[in-house]
Amino acid sequence: MRDWKRYVREHLPLPDIEGSLEVEVVEEIAIQLEDGYRAARARGAGEEEAEAEALALIGDWSTLARDVQGSKRFARAPRIEHRVEDREFAIRTRGGSWVPVADMLRDLRLAVRRLRRAPAFGAVVVLTLGMGIGANTAIFSLVKGILLDPLPYEEPERLVAVLNTAPGVGEEVLPQSAAVHFTYEDESRLLEAVGLYNRFDVTVLGLDEPVRIPSIYVTAGTLPTLRARPLLGRLFSAEDATPGTPFTVILSYGYWQNQFGGDPEILGRTMSIGGEAREIIGVLPRGFRFLEHDPAVYLPFRFDRSSLTVSNFTNPSVARLREGATLEAATADLARLMPVAVEKFPGGVTLAFLEEARGAPLLLPLKETIVGDVGDVLWVLLGTVGIVLLIACANVANLFLVRAEARERELAVRRAMGAKRRQVAGQFLVESVLLGLLGGVVGLGLAHAGLRLLVAIAPANLPRLDEVSLDPVVLIFTLCISIISGVLFGLFPVLRWGHADLVNALKEGGRGSGAGRERHRTRNALVVGQITLALVLLIGSSLMVRSFQAIRRANPGFRNPAEIMILGVSVTSEVAESPDAIVQTHEAIAHRLAEVPGVTSVGSSSSVTMDGRAGWDPIFVEDSPLPEGQLPPTRRFKWIGAGYFETMGNPIVAGRTLGWTDIYNRARVVLVTENFAREYWSDPAEAIGERIGTGMAPGNWREIIGVVGDVRDDGVTQDPVAIVYWPMLLEDFWPEIRGDEPFVALTQFYAIRSPRVGTAGFLREVKEAVWSFLPNRPLTNVQNLEDMLRGSMARTSFTLVMLGIAAAVALLLATVGVYGVISYVVSQRTREIGVRIALGAGSSTVTGMVVRQGLFLAVIGVALGLAAAYGLSRLMTSLLFGVSALDPLTYAMVAVCLTAIALLASYLPARRAARVDPMEALRAE
Amino acid sequence: MFSAALKKGSVELLLLSLLQDEPRHGYEIGKMIEERSGGRLRFRISSIYPILCRMEGRGWIEGRWVEKPGERRRRFYRLTAKGEEALAAQRRTWHEFTRAVNLVVEPSHA
Repeated sequence: MRDWKRYVREHLPLPDIEGSLEVEVVEEIAIQLEDGYRAARARGAGEEEAEAEALALIGDWSTLARDVQGSKRFARAPRIEHRVEDREFAIRTRGGSWVPVADMLRDLRLAVRRLRRAPAFGAVVVLTLGMGIGANTAIFSLVKGILLDPLPYEEPERLVAVLNTAPGVGEEVLPQSAAVHFTYEDESRLLEAVGLYNRFDVTVLGLDEPVRIPSIYVTAGTLPTLRARPLLGRLFSAEDATPGTPFTVILSYGYWQNQFGGDPEILGRTMSIGGEAREIIGVLPRGFRFLEHDPAVYLPFRFDRSSLTVSNFTNPSVARLREGATLEAATADLARLMPVAVEKFPGGVTLAFLEEARGAPLLLPLKETIVGDVGDVLWVLLGTVGIVLLIACANVANLFLVRAEARERELAVRRAMGAKRRQVAGQFLVESVLLGLLGGVVGLGLAHAGLRLLVAIAPANLPRLDEVSLDPVVLIFTLCISIISGVLFGLFPVLRWGHADLVNALKEGGRGSGAGRERHRTRNALVVGQITLALVLLIGSSLMVRSFQAIRRANPGFRNPAEIMILGVSVTSEVAESPDAIVQTHEAIAHRLAEVPGVTSVGSSSSVTMDGRAGWDPIFVEDSPLPEGQLPPTRRFKWIGAGYFETMGNPIVAGRTLGWTDIYNRARVVLVTENFAREYWSDPAEAIGERIGTGMAPGNWREIIGVVGDVRDDGVTQDPVAIVYWPMLLEDFWPEIRGDEPFVALTQFYAIRSPRVGTAGFLREVKEAVWSFLPNRPLTNVQNLEDMLRGSMARTSFTLVMLGIAAAVALLLATVGVYGVISYVVSQRTREIGVRIALGAGSSTVTGMVVRQGLFLAVIGVALGLAAAYGLSRLMTSLLFGVSALDPLTYAMVAVCLTAIALLASYLPARRAARVDPMEALRAE
Repeated sequence: MFSAALKKGSVELLLLSLLQDEPRHGYEIGKMIEERSGGRLRFRISSIYPILCRMEGRGWIEGRWVEKPGERRRRFYRLTAKGEEALAAQRRTWHEFTRAVNLVVEPSHA
């Protein structure tokens, strides 16, 4: 018997039915033929006769194929399309103003059908747009969550940060003094509430091992300022903040859940924090965060008002303005209170000093202080991804133009038959907006994934990151840019064909070779625009690369950070009573650490580089007397043990380093950084033996014994800071405040240099070395200097990565754009090129001719791009380091590279042009 | 024996009627039309099959592959609820149509 399946497959062409369905159809028809054949044989027919009888069941194969393929069963998306068609018909019959709606539905239906027939085109367009829209959605949600959204507190616009400024002593911004704070709290007329706060790590005892948890210390007014309401219990009262009363604590929701399993009976229980039993009096609600912090517990400051003076400007302060109070009025109100504070809390800053320092309150919107300068990065990024989207639209517009050209004749016929311009335009726009929306959907998916990635790679100090999400506003933004993109690239064919020379289009018979100049003008303009925009982005990202290189080259004040581990140990009075005993303990720890295998050097300081823990005060120089009553600038202070500079790898530029003997002898010596020395003496060596002092007036001199290399103490992207290094034990230090009591730096951060840094075993051995001396002492700020360094470069590297990705995409799209246009031009000019070659033009002549055209576009684009970059790159000045926003070398290199890439992109089609066979080219016509 | 146009107008009704009793496969449907009409109506696969496909596309009938012991698998079609409605409607139309036609073509007894 015949193989019927094979026979059917050979005779029934079903190109429009997809694979598995086609197999079914073939099988189903084959079995019917086989049934017919068997029936005939059963009646006694011979083989040939039976076959003929079976085949007679079919009749005409091509009609069958057409009818089967035309049936709804195999249409790919039949239901929706037919339903839309029905609806469209129903709407059209309503007539009047409904007709345009029906038209739009029809355009939509036809657009869907056209796209289904060209899936590759659709996919390229949707993906290109999706990338652009996705990037914009992701960055916009960052901008919105971080910069635009109000802080998550009631009436957040009335929240301000309360700071001080003292330009007379070189301090632009200072935190608050408790004495000034209490004066404000008692007497201000325009503050509804005000509070101090500060972040400290505290030790929780009574668990398996002592645990350090983040805490926020607050005054009674702090949480009410933010209008926090407890989930359980109460907030701190004035009594909780008074010395001598029972110790209390409020838990965050997270800590309550994790540590106490959300126990509803938690109030009244006690927990041991920092050696004190504290009663739990409240739990804050879920989602409540304290500004940029997320502490585990809140503790009350307990200031003794009777001993406060106007000094110690160390705690941040937040306040809520009264309804209707302006920032200016409130500032004036507080300025009135500053002298009041000096009188109420005598013994610190004097009225004379206040005047001399030009001390004044400084109120800033709270959001501004939290968000800081991160806005610079985000706005630049948003602009960048906006440019990428524009380039993507230009590419898609080009694709659209090519497709529209293929339909030129059809459109001309429709116009000739009376279709209005609006109708033709509607067709293009419906299709382009549909693609835009599809791109938006893809973009949302990409943005969702991208945001996770962004949050993962974003610098840790990017504030409010947890408030970023794809919320309804972001979705509306995405919808809008999807539609705008669609209209944008759909407009090009509309403008081109809305008023096209129809007669010509018809006359040319769709050959489309003659209308050259006008047709290519749009396309060329698009490519020039792409090159312009790509150049701007490339310059932006190249400037970031140069910044990054400059940062890596900059000397941060230490060497080989990967080999340095930092670890903080506090030696308090319960461990060692006398100041000397405290120093001895630190020395012993240093020696013990030095014995850990692999350790080459150990040193300690009250603050290591970039940790933000340093203190500051004015420094008088004996050699440079100031007019009576005038104060010198404040300098950064650190109190060190022996070996700190040697371990960090910061060279001693002149003089000598500090030894343990100096410290025990309470020697009146200091070390300074090179920039400080150069400020007063032409040569660092001249600073040795000179004397400097700190206090309310000149005097209390100490001798400079060494000058060390500059340190970028605020992070590698910031300028070096002048630092004064004191021995960790000092006598006669600020007697104005301390009296006779010697000063000793209780907490020292140990810098430990070893090639073994970063291995788990090393960390354990180091901890054991400390614990063998001070059992169960919590260790703070255990980290690698390399990580700290990376953290300080995080914003730059984040910007670099983001701009780099954007620039790479832009370059790729622009290259494809140039290539596409030149290829198209070549394909349109095949005949002309054929004639030229037939007339004797050499291949190099032809190649040159085509490449020149690409070069022409590239040069115009680069020129425009350089001008645009000149204007725009200044916006990123604040992100750059060690390179000017107008760095000529960067501009030149990027321009040359981009031109070269454009040349390459046109050379490929040019080579194809040179290989045109004249006979073929002419015959094809 | 009947013109193609005449036959074409009634295929859907014929197929739906045959599928009302029980599920049937394509070849069987063709044979049954031939038998029940006493050989007066004969349809080719190329007439029946696309109509089956079309009606399945509309959701009037539903096809399922069934394998009986010792035979090759065949696709059986059964009427759906929507198909029942369509059949009732088509029957009504058919009866009205034939009555109307009869009223015109039969000699008047009035």
